Amino acid sequence: MALRKDVRVDAAPAVAFRHATLADREDLLGRIMLTPALVYVIVLVGLPFALAILLSFSAASAGSLALSWVGVENFATIIRDSQFQRAVLNTVFFTVTSQILVTVMAVAAANVLDAAFAGKRAMRFLILLPWAAPVSLASMAWTWIFDSTFSVINWTLKVFGLLEGWLYWFGDPALAMIAIISVHVWRTFPFATVIVLAGMAAIPQDINEAALIDGASFWRKLFQVNLPLLLPIVTVSVLFGVVFTSTDLSIVWLLTRGGPYNSTHVLSSLAFQRGIMGADLGQGAAIALFLLPVLVIVATVMLRMARRAEVGV
Amino acid sequence: MGYVETRNLHKHFGEVEAVNGVNLSVEEGELVVLLGPSGCGKTTLMRMIAGLEKPTSGEIYIAGERVDEDVPPRARGVAMVFQSYALYPHKMAGDNIAFPLEAVGMARLAIREAVARAAGMFGITHLLRRFPLQLSGGERQRVALARAVVRSPKVFLFDEPLSNLDAKLRATARFELKQFQREIGTTTIYVTHDQVEAMGLGDRIAVMNKGQVHQIGTPQDVYDDPADTFVATFIGSPPMNLIEHDAGTLVGFRPENFLPRQIFGAQDDVVTYRFRVRRVEYLGSDRFLYGVLEERQRSDQTVIADLPVTITTPIAEGEAYEFAVPCRAQRQFDARTGKTGKRKTDGAA
Repeated sequence: MALRKDVRVDAAPAVAFRHATLADREDLLGRIMLTPALVYVIVLVGLPFALAILLSFSAASAGSLALSWVGVENFATIIRDSQFQRAVLNTVFFTVTSQILVTVMAVAAANVLDAAFAGKRAMRFLILLPWAAPVSLASMAWTWIFDSTFSVINWTLKVFGLLEGWLYWFGDPALAMIAIISVHVWRTFPFATVIVLAGMAAIPQDINEAALIDGASFWRKLFQVNLPLLLPIVTVSVLFGVVFTSTDLSIVWLLTRGGPYNSTHVLSSLAFQRGIMGADLGQGAAIALFLLPVLVIVATVMLRMARRAEVGV
Repeated sequence: MGYVETRNLHKHFGEVEAVNGVNLSVEEGELVVLLGPSGCGKTTLMRMIAGLEKPTSGEIYIAGERVDEDVPPRARGVAMVFQSYALYPHKMAGDNIAFPLEAVGMARLAIREAVARAAGMFGITHLLRRFPLQLSGGERQRVALARAVVRSPKVFLFDEPLSNLDAKLRATARFELKQFQREIGTTTIYVTHDQVEAMGLGDRIAVMNKGQVHQIGTPQDVYDDPADTFVATFIGSPPMNLIEHDAGTLVGFRPENFLPRQIFGAQDDVVTYRFRVRRVEYLGSDRFLYGVLEERQRSDQTVIADLPVTITTPIAEGEAYEFAVPCRAQRQFDARTGKTGKRKTDGAA
């Protein structure tokens, strides 16, 4: 095939937008699109955070924002405070227990939802529902479920003859903690389930089938094949849960307000009570910042794991 | 009764009849290749034998035992090598091979011996402590084979295990696979869409299309005596020429049997055609000639001749020549059903 050399392409084809437009300028476009997020982070996260650090070293109260520098006095005071010590222990207990429960339940639920059965879509929707429910609304329902007079749990246990006497859910520190953990697990496990489900979808079908043919029982397949392959994404889910749980204020505040006798406070609810309700901004900030170093470490590990899960090593 | 046998096996996915009444009988120690275009149901058929799919209807027997109803994959005595090899990425090669043995609760020492033996068989002893990601394609394939062989299964199921290897490696791997299967003599079902692989490996080939087995026979059988026009045109590259003869009959002949008349002796029993060549393709060892048969053909259907390099007759595009086919190389098919009829001449039957 000889090329015809006598034909010259003179006229450029009629193309709209022949000059580079804004949409072609990736450098500029990137900055423009990042600006709102940047503004949001600086104004609503960065500034309050810096302010909190500042406040934790001051004797500021809600009445006067005079930032009188007191050094580490706020930290020294709260560390000696028995309520604070209790709140630290509660936070750790609340976080660890609920994350263990959430992880076990999420892996179980994901395995169930991964199987093929009629009504699977409806089931997925129902399982996700607690996550989508507004926390204040859900807490209202749960306060009734745990109500000292009308508790439906007590009523049910009574009917089945499993309960002698009466459980005062929010009147007893241990029961109150159980109630808080239950509601938190109920609220956060759907999200963990979705994450684990996504992780399971990423495991090639061949590997599961190879395990079936190689003679692995359900448990062997779960513990030797599926869980190891899910480990990176489950780790991400757990670390996410740890951050989310140890900084959560709403459940404790809405259910018990830290009661009875300030026995169920976690750090964030105590910080809220001291700093906002009690107007001691300095101490509140110090309490709120106490877990920061731990969370920074957790977040770093989390990001690394997320990267590894992405790369698929 | 065959060692592996399916009787009137069906598998429907909704409207789609993936496998549509397959009767397959594989003898003990035999290597049968399921060959067909993608979507022909060969993989579904194999997966039903493995127990990964439940048949819609029909029966499956392995070693005389009916397995289709409630025998799970692990109890069927089958080992499968997947196209992707499906190695456990978090386990080292040695642990991959050991996995089926651990699953049946074999003693640790016996497992170590069996793994060493299987690894030795495939020459991968030095790779046992590597993870699958650290292995090349060929090495992964060997690990997958070792994992399949380690527990001495009744049946091997191979699902296109060579298709992820590069072309150079594939020929060697094919040879090794055949050697190995001969040596250990385990009944094997092998799925592929590659006819070269099928011809080279299979004791017998089952040619499938649209959920049905069109023909099962030795590689020579399916090549020389295709049961119908599908097999005739699917096997062979370039495919068999099919020309309309008299009403209701198609005549088929292979391109390599369609040669210049003067190649044959005057006494030879041949059918002569006037062949107008439209295009010549030089492929080094062969010349492919594309053209039409002048007086015989009603339609403008392309006929292909495959001249080996040893035939040096000059051929020019646009010219017509006398070409001939030996009578014994011609096949007849019913134009309506596509099924083979009697041969053109009965002499060679």
